[in-house]
Order: sequence, then structure tokens, then C-alpha cells
Amino acid sequence: MMVAMIAPVTLHYQRVAFVLAAIGMLAAFVVPLSSEPTIGLFARPALLAATLLTAALYAGAAFVSVPLSIGIALAGVLLGCTMTLALLRDDTIAGYAVWGFWSAVLANWIAAWLCVARLASVKPHDKIVARSIDLAIPLLFGAFLFYLWEIAVRGFGVPPVLFPPPSLIAGRFFGSLWTLWDDFFQTFILGVLSGYLIGCGAGFLVAVVAHRFTFLGRGLLPVGNFVSALPIVGIAPIMVMWFGFDWPSKAAVVVVITFFPMLVNTLAGLDAAGHIERDLMRSYGAAQRQTLQKLYLPAAMPFIFNALKINSTLAFIGAIVAEFFGTPTVGIGFRISIEAGRMALDMVWAEIALAALAGMAFYGIVALAERATTFWHPSYRT
Amino acid sequence: MTNSTYSEARPAAIRWHPTVVHYAPVVVIVLALIAIWYVAAVLMNMNIVRDAFERNETRYTTEELIAGTLSAERPLLPAPHQVVETFVDDVFGWPVTSPRSLVYHSWVTLSATFVGFLIGAVFGIFLAVLIVHVQSLHKSLLPWIICSQMVPILAVAPIVIVVLGSIGLRGLLPKAIISAYLCFFPVTIGVVKGLSSPDPIQRDLMRTWSATPWQIFWKLRWPSSLPFLFTSLKVSITISLIGAIVAELPTGAQAGIGARLLAGSYYGQTVQIWAALVAASVLAVGLIGLVSLTERWVGEHMGARP
Repeated sequence: MMVAMIAPVTLHYQRVAFVLAAIGMLAAFVVPLSSEPTIGLFARPALLAATLLTAALYAGAAFVSVPLSIGIALAGVLLGCTMTLALLRDDTIAGYAVWGFWSAVLANWIAAWLCVARLASVKPHDKIVARSIDLAIPLLFGAFLFYLWEIAVRGFGVPPVLFPPPSLIAGRFFGSLWTLWDDFFQTFILGVLSGYLIGCGAGFLVAVVAHRFTFLGRGLLPVGNFVSALPIVGIAPIMVMWFGFDWPSKAAVVVVITFFPMLVNTLAGLDAAGHIERDLMRSYGAAQRQTLQKLYLPAAMPFIFNALKINSTLAFIGAIVAEFFGTPTVGIGFRISIEAGRMALDMVWAEIALAALAGMAFYGIVALAERATTFWHPSYRT
Repeated sequence: MTNSTYSEARPAAIRWHPTVVHYAPVVVIVLALIAIWYVAAVLMNMNIVRDAFERNETRYTTEELIAGTLSAERPLLPAPHQVVETFVDDVFGWPVTSPRSLVYHSWVTLSATFVGFLIGAVFGIFLAVLIVHVQSLHKSLLPWIICSQMVPILAVAPIVIVVLGSIGLRGLLPKAIISAYLCFFPVTIGVVKGLSSPDPIQRDLMRTWSATPWQIFWKLRWPSSLPFLFTSLKVSITISLIGAIVAELPTGAQAGIGARLLAGSYYGQTVQIWAALVAASVLAVGLIGLVSLTERWVGEHMGARP
């Protein structure tokens, strides 16, 4: 049912690597866990069992078929990660971890990597399975990166003031949801979204007018291209001076930043309709408005969405930068600079996580809208 | 944009010289924008100037009022000639080592831009090579790289500065790291596209010649990725400049175009802000030109035909 495309040589190396992972897990028994005096694994029955089981799973994954090995190894990785995280709750290990501990972490890393590699090589026939695998791979990869971050920060004893572990950030995130919501509302809903709508709308309208009057379009396109390449964020202080500290100045920056990419892309898109189609519309005796509605705008859609996607990230950056120049005492950019100054880095990271989530959701919604409206475009026909 | 289809049918259409056809619209638009700017300057500065006159209880005519709006010391919107005057004065009026010289500030920003661009480009190419050659990285790492760009990265800038500052790194390097983080992405995406652009047929041909992976890379993949690389480099060098400028904002940097913007906004020196913006634009255009020149030079040396 599932076919894995792995060359025999690679398969051999992967088996050896699985065995190495099992050995690395077992090394935690022999090599000391910490440079401080601590209790060995033999005195912790639950962890002892977990370690043994993980090693057995890794070793077992080496000798079964590829699809089965993925499941077994994944279970092992889950157990192994839990085991190392549980070890770190011991104060005699956190910050003083040495090779016994790191060999277990390394074993998990190897096994997780093998899982990802084998998952990536699986070619299922079912489309839904294929899509969920394509989704699972980056998620697994990301989850493991967070695990490594947590383990590294706590294992090496990096002071949380400098570099907080993800668990601390998550705690801070859920502990201050109201502050985060206020900042989100101020920066995103008021600043970014209003500016984005006005800027993109204006860019679109000007492009449609410029397309109607060729002379205007020919003049605006090079100027727009030129301005798009300039560091426009620099106008932030001017906008703060003009529109005050509150959200209108942020929205104004976003308007200016999003206007030019939209103008240039829409102009290029309106020009994308082919000669044959234009002639066809003429031979139908279509009115200017009909041609625009039925030919030019649909042809321009991919370009317009391209601009919308570019603008979704640009808009956020513009609003946050504008907040560096003055804000009321709320907003993502404001909070970041204030908390960074107070060295409360967990709050800063929580704000970044918020910005990241909002940015991805924003981009995702635009991308979904694109999929729904331009499904006919070659890039979606697979 | 096309006039060829229908204009030929019209009998008495005047044929302009191609240069005129090409540049006339641009010139007209630019002139129109400058005119709009002047009108806006008059309208926006009107209140300030009128208040100043009335405070001094001097009588004024309309001409004096308009003249005042175009030469106000701290206007809301400086007139174009004021910006140009200040720009020229800041660039040529001071020795280049003076902190009042725009050349000095530009150089500070430019050096961070270059270092960041170099780090970002090398890192971006390295990632792309990895991604193209390790299939599971293509599926696992690439989505995260794309996600990393939906994050408003500049939000990280203060942290990078604080963390690096606390381990003793100050000055150019933190700015360069922010630039690098901003500009590696276009390079990675472009080079991944470029490295996988050779046709399967060409790769098969290399295989029938029993070329090693190393040879396939240097003789097929790398040359065919260069056009993509240079297109990405043009995008990322301007992003790198933006990164360097913005990195100077939250750090309270003493020098650089970003510091100049911040100082201008603190002391209400609008003309200074605009002059710094002009400097940033000149830098951006110059940097893109530099990459284009390199592209042409590399193309000539690799035997590309224009």
C-alpha cells in the first residue's frame, strides 16, 4: 500500500543509525549524567524503564519494514524526549548535564531525523494520506526543534534572562493573554488591518485608472518600481509627527508601504491578458467595463494576490517599526521595546510568538483566499 | 500598455521618437508629483507660518505666507528644494568624518548592510544547496523557512541587540546579524529554484557521462542557478539596507541613517529626516546598481550572450 523509495545503501546506513541511537540511549546508564553528584538512572525505576523501552524501540525500528519502523521510532522519540525532559526537572542535572545525558538527547535526535527522512521518502497512493504526511513532516521537525531549544537552554544552564526556554515563554504567553490581546488589537486590528485595506485598495484603484489611461500607466510603472525598492519604512517618524502617537500614524505607514507593491503588481497583472483574448472581447463588442470585469481583472488575480501576500508581511513590519517612534502605552512594538529594556525576555518572546502567529494566520488567510479564487491558475493544477 | 494593435489603424497618428515615447510619461509623472508636493507643502505648513506671523503681530501678504511655507525651519512637510539643499549641505558641507556629515552616517549603515548581506547571502546559498541535495530537508526545513518570513522579523531586532549586547557584542555585528536574518530568505528561495531548474534530461545526460555529484553541481546546477541568484540578490541587498536602518532604531545607535531618523524625530527636525530618507534611497539605488554590474560582469565571464 505504501511504497518507500529508499536506495539499499541508504537503507543500510539508516539501520546502522537506528542501532547507534539505541546504543546512545543505553549509554545513559554507563556514562555519568551530571557533573554534580546525582542519583543514577538505576535509582529511578520509571525513567529506567522508559530508557530501556526507548532503546528497545530504536533497535527494533532498525529491523522492521520502513512504514512500521516510522511508527515504532516515533513512539521511541516521544518516550525518549519525555525521559530527558523528566531528568531535567532534577536540579542536580539541569545546568550540569554531561555526556550521559547528551548521548540520550543525541540518540533522540538521530531517531527523530531518521523518522523525518523515512517519512519524506514514503510515497503513498492516497492523496489525503500524502497531504497529511507533507503536513506532518514540518510539524515533527518544528516540534523537535522546540525540544532541542528547551533541552539545550536548560541542560547547559543558560540563564533564562538571556534566553528563556519555550516552556517559560509558553507559560508567560498563557499567563498574560489579556495584555497580549490588547497589544494585538492595537497593533494588528487598528494599525495593520485598516492600513492594509486602505493601502491595497488605493493601490488597486490607482492601477485600474492607470491601466485605462496608458500614458499614466507608463509613467507610474517605473516610478512605482523605483519607490518599491526604497526603504520606505523610514517615513515612520514623519507619519508619527503628522498623525500623532496613536494607531492612525501606524495605519498611515502601512498605507504607504502597501500601496506601491499593490500598484506595480496590479498594473503588471492587468497587462497580462493576452492579445487574442483582448481581440475576442473587441469582436464581441464588449464595453470597457465588461472587458475589465471579465478579462483584465481575472487575468490580474494571481498578480494581485502576490501583492496581497507580500503586503501582509510588509504591513506588520511597518506597523511595528512605527511603534518604535512613539505609541500610546499599548501595542506589540511598544511592549517589545519596553520589556527588552527591562530584560524581561520571556515577555518579549511571548510577543514575538503572538506576532508570528498573527503573521502566519494573516498570510494563511490570504493564501486560502487565493486558492479559492484563482484555482484555475497553472500553479495550482497538479 | 500596448498601442500597436489599434494605433496603426488610425491614419493621422503622430509618430514620436521611441525615446520620447518611453521617457515622456515618466518625466511628466515625476514633474506632477513634485508639483503636488509643493502644493501639499504650502497647504500643510500654512497654519504653522500663519501662527508665527500672528504671534509676532506682523502684517503679511499672501505671497509672504506662501514664501514662508516653503522656507519654514521646522515645516510639517518640507518643500523639495529644502530637502535637496539640506541633503547637499549634509553630504558636501562637512568633512566625511564629522558626525554631522551624511556621508559618515551612510557609511556606518552601509558597512552593516554589506556585512549582513554577505553573511545572509552565503548562509542562504548554503541552505539552498543543503535543501536541494537532502530530500527530507526539502520537506521539513523549507516550510519553516517560509514560515520564518511570515513573522515580522524586525520584532526580533531588539532581542538580538539585547542578547548580543549582554555577551559583549556591540556596534556593527548585531546590526549585520539582523540584516543577514532579513536577507537570507530571498536568496534561499531563489537558489533552490535555480538549482532545481535544470531539466531532468540534462541531469540524465550528466549521469550517462557518469559525472560525480560534485561535477553535476559545479557544471550544471550552479551555472544554471546564477540568473535566479542575482535576481534574489537584488531583492535582498535592499532588504539588508532596510534591516540595517531599522536595527539602529531600538538600539539607540549614535550613528547611522536610522540614528539620524530617530534624532530627527526627537528634535522635530523634519528636513533632516527627509534628507536621511533621500540618502537611504540613493544608497538603495546604488546597491542595486552594484549587484546589476556584478551580474553583467559574471555573465560576460561565463560566456552569456546578451
